[in-house]
Amino acid sequence: MKIFLQKAAAHYGMIGVLLLLCVFFSAVTYSDQSPAGAAGAAQVAAEVGGMGGAPQVLLVSSAQPGDAAFAAALARELPGRGARVVAAVSGEPQAAREALRQLVADGVRLDAIACTQTAGAWLLFADLAADFPELGRPRLVTPRSYRWPNFLKTENLLNIANQIAVIAIMAIGMTLVIVTGGIDLSVGSLLALAAVLVARLIRDYAGGVAATAWGMGLAGMAAVAACGVAGAFSGVMVTRFRIPPFIVTLAMMLVASGMAFILAEGQSIYQLPDGFIWLGRGASFGGVPNAVVLMVVLYGLAHVGMSRMSAGRYLYAVGGNREAARLAGVPLTGVLLGAYTVSGLLAGVGGVIMASQLKSGSATYGNMYELYVIAAVVVGGTSLSGGEGKMSGTLIGAFTIAVIQNGMNLTNVESYTQKVVLGLVILGAVMLDKMRQAR
Amino acid sequence: MSGGGPLLVMRGMVKSFPGVQALRGVDLTLAKGEVLALLGENGAGKSTLMRILGGAQVADGGVVEMEGRAVDLGTPQASREAGVAVIYQEFHLVPGLNAVENLFLGREVTRAGWLSRRSEREEAAALFARLGVALDLEVPCRELSTAQQQLVEIAKALALQARVLVMDEPSAALTNHEVEHLFGIVRELRAQGIGIIYISHRLEEIARLADRVMILRDGAKVGEWPAAEMSRREMIERMVGRDMVDEFPPRATVPGEVRLEVRDLRRGRAVRGVSFAIRRGEILGLAGLVGAGRTETARLLFGADEREGGEIWLDGKRLEIDSPGAAIACGLGLLPEDRKVQGLVLQHSVRENFGLPNLSWLAPRGWVRRGEERRAFGQYVEQLRIRVPHQEVRAGHLSGGNQQKVVLAKWLARRCEVLIFDEPTRGIDAGAKYEIYGLMNELAAQGKAILMISSELPEVLGMSDRVLVMQQGRVTGEIADARRASPEELMQLAFS
Repeated sequence: MKIFLQKAAAHYGMIGVLLLLCVFFSAVTYSDQSPAGAAGAAQVAAEVGGMGGAPQVLLVSSAQPGDAAFAAALARELPGRGARVVAAVSGEPQAAREALRQLVADGVRLDAIACTQTAGAWLLFADLAADFPELGRPRLVTPRSYRWPNFLKTENLLNIANQIAVIAIMAIGMTLVIVTGGIDLSVGSLLALAAVLVARLIRDYAGGVAATAWGMGLAGMAAVAACGVAGAFSGVMVTRFRIPPFIVTLAMMLVASGMAFILAEGQSIYQLPDGFIWLGRGASFGGVPNAVVLMVVLYGLAHVGMSRMSAGRYLYAVGGNREAARLAGVPLTGVLLGAYTVSGLLAGVGGVIMASQLKSGSATYGNMYELYVIAAVVVGGTSLSGGEGKMSGTLIGAFTIAVIQNGMNLTNVESYTQKVVLGLVILGAVMLDKMRQAR
Repeated sequence: MSGGGPLLVMRGMVKSFPGVQALRGVDLTLAKGEVLALLGENGAGKSTLMRILGGAQVADGGVVEMEGRAVDLGTPQASREAGVAVIYQEFHLVPGLNAVENLFLGREVTRAGWLSRRSEREEAAALFARLGVALDLEVPCRELSTAQQQLVEIAKALALQARVLVMDEPSAALTNHEVEHLFGIVRELRAQGIGIIYISHRLEEIARLADRVMILRDGAKVGEWPAAEMSRREMIERMVGRDMVDEFPPRATVPGEVRLEVRDLRRGRAVRGVSFAIRRGEILGLAGLVGAGRTETARLLFGADEREGGEIWLDGKRLEIDSPGAAIACGLGLLPEDRKVQGLVLQHSVRENFGLPNLSWLAPRGWVRRGEERRAFGQYVEQLRIRVPHQEVRAGHLSGGNQQKVVLAKWLARRCEVLIFDEPTRGIDAGAKYEIYGLMNELAAQGKAILMISSELPEVLGMSDRVLVMQQGRVTGEIADARRASPEELMQLAFS
């Protein structure tokens, strides 16, 4: 048990840093929240229903998005509570004033005004008793506000996951490569290449904006496969010709970036069907973005592969001591080739997701991404000298970076300052990890 | 040799590491012009004591005096200034710099900011003359032989005016010829009044070189004796702390029919047409000087290097061996000469190291059966008496003997029929040595064919049934009955 705890602390120490960051940003973004949409409507409906009798209700909502859902849900629910909606207004205060005048003209008595929080703050309602005494004394019913961190809102958390999905997926491949003692600098460029390739294939061969799901799927797979070939090529250079991985993938980074620009012919390719955004922006699984679902599935596979399969053992052994691994019968060439190929494939997956998120393909995507990916892996506790590291650590590393970026966006830190902070935090996180290990 | 009093005195040295009391109050004295041999099993505290002397580690307690004055040896610099030079097993030379540059690294001779290369060269030449050696001063150190690099280290110590010189296993990587030369230099330095602390596992060297022997066991001093009065056996008994009935366990296996046959193995100049056969239950010794091609032959046999010619037959079947993986699949196992570099992934657990060559049966469909792995390894821990706190301990944390047993367990679990032991007891203490020998005999008794490479003559003769002597990539001699041969006979074959 003690051994297990020691191991857990050694492997998952970074999770503490991540939790601290979450607590910090939660505290900083703690603020008033007003329930909107259906949740707000239910609360208001309950309060109006509790007034007793058969209250006559005016429904007011502003033109903000989400308010429409509020109004619709309320209009559906109020009759069931015994209330009668005498009029519904949506839009500016002016429209509400018109409606009130109309009610006065019709001689209607008003018991309650149900409105969203924004509408409830309109000046018009403050002077209601003075301006429209004929209406009686209607009660203003708005959803009650509560305090909750912006950071911890479900949409925001899903947003963080969706934002980091691309980097996190690429970091899986990078972890494999770094565990073998190598490095892959080409992933950022391969991402751009995949994005351009998938966009061009759809535009030129799958029917452009009229492309079918099958066509898009095939185009995506072709783009991913092309990146896999590029990764395999790097692997051959590393194993067969014994060129250092740093040099090989640096060259591949330039080649892939150049090819992306050539294929894109200097423009951004946007002639894509609306359905193409399913992967990057859709959420077909209970509100969780599809890219996040894919990320979770890939991490699950990678974790099991690394910890439970002989292939994973071989990766660690090759990175830990190449000669000892070879003399123990580990197929060195196959293992290294596999790691670089998977890294290429996953960079391709990242490219397709990004093209889908932005609904276009451009050669400028993924600039500097290789460095963020490496940062995620290193922050996750994987040693650059190889032989050690965990998939779960990499996921934590990726989320650490995402949380810092998101938290600074929420607190309005400008983007240049964000870079400075991010750099320092990466350094600090790894330093903490080293100090903890040295103890 | 003036002064009368001792050159160096260490009194009541204490040092502990988490969980280990490495030194429990050790005293040491060294006179001018004396060679003190420091003996002890691995983990006895020799290295810790010497690292404290060299300033690489700080003692928890104890006093160090140089010529009667207390000195503080907190850092390597302080130790150097006090007149102590330590030559560790791993040399501290910059491979790309030549001998002169290495000699003056960190204390370059400059004139108005410019390197004064000529005066550096002259001083270096004078130093090497004092050692009585001629060395190419212009060649980068990586191109020098191990023996030559060692000379540069010794010259470095002299250049720093060291009065106490510590040599940790200086002969381990040298050929017999070079060892003779080293002895000449050590005697010369002794004559110049330098006090020398000499650490070695090769006991026959001690009797020839040392004035006094000091033995450590479990972090405490066992005693001191004049070297001339001690036999090899007495030294071993005092290190181990019990009577040794025999240095090598007895064996009663009669070799059977031929199992492994190697015909005309070739690779470049290192291995030039080596043929031999090993019979069922036989231990074949491979002797010779360092560089004679013994390890290279073993690596060719195991597929670790590509062979240019030759055939390998096992039990009448020709084997296609083109990689270590293929050799393992054919039933061969190699215990390499350098366990730490070639035998184990030090930062991984012993269980994972054990599993590595066994995944083909532990993970038949790619899924590692960890329970099975744990059970199998546990069985070998018991059978080989491997001392591990638990299966997740890192291989690097084990002593040499236990590491070697883990490597052996890897191959036993694969049911290897041919085992190649390359320097099986290098850096292993006497007690563990005896256990390894016993295991080798047991394996032979099971009918396996064993090839053993060793530079220790008593070991080759004591363990093998038959010995082949190699020289310059060829088999140049054979001793048919190793138990009856003398080391002198063997040396003659190796040098002829």
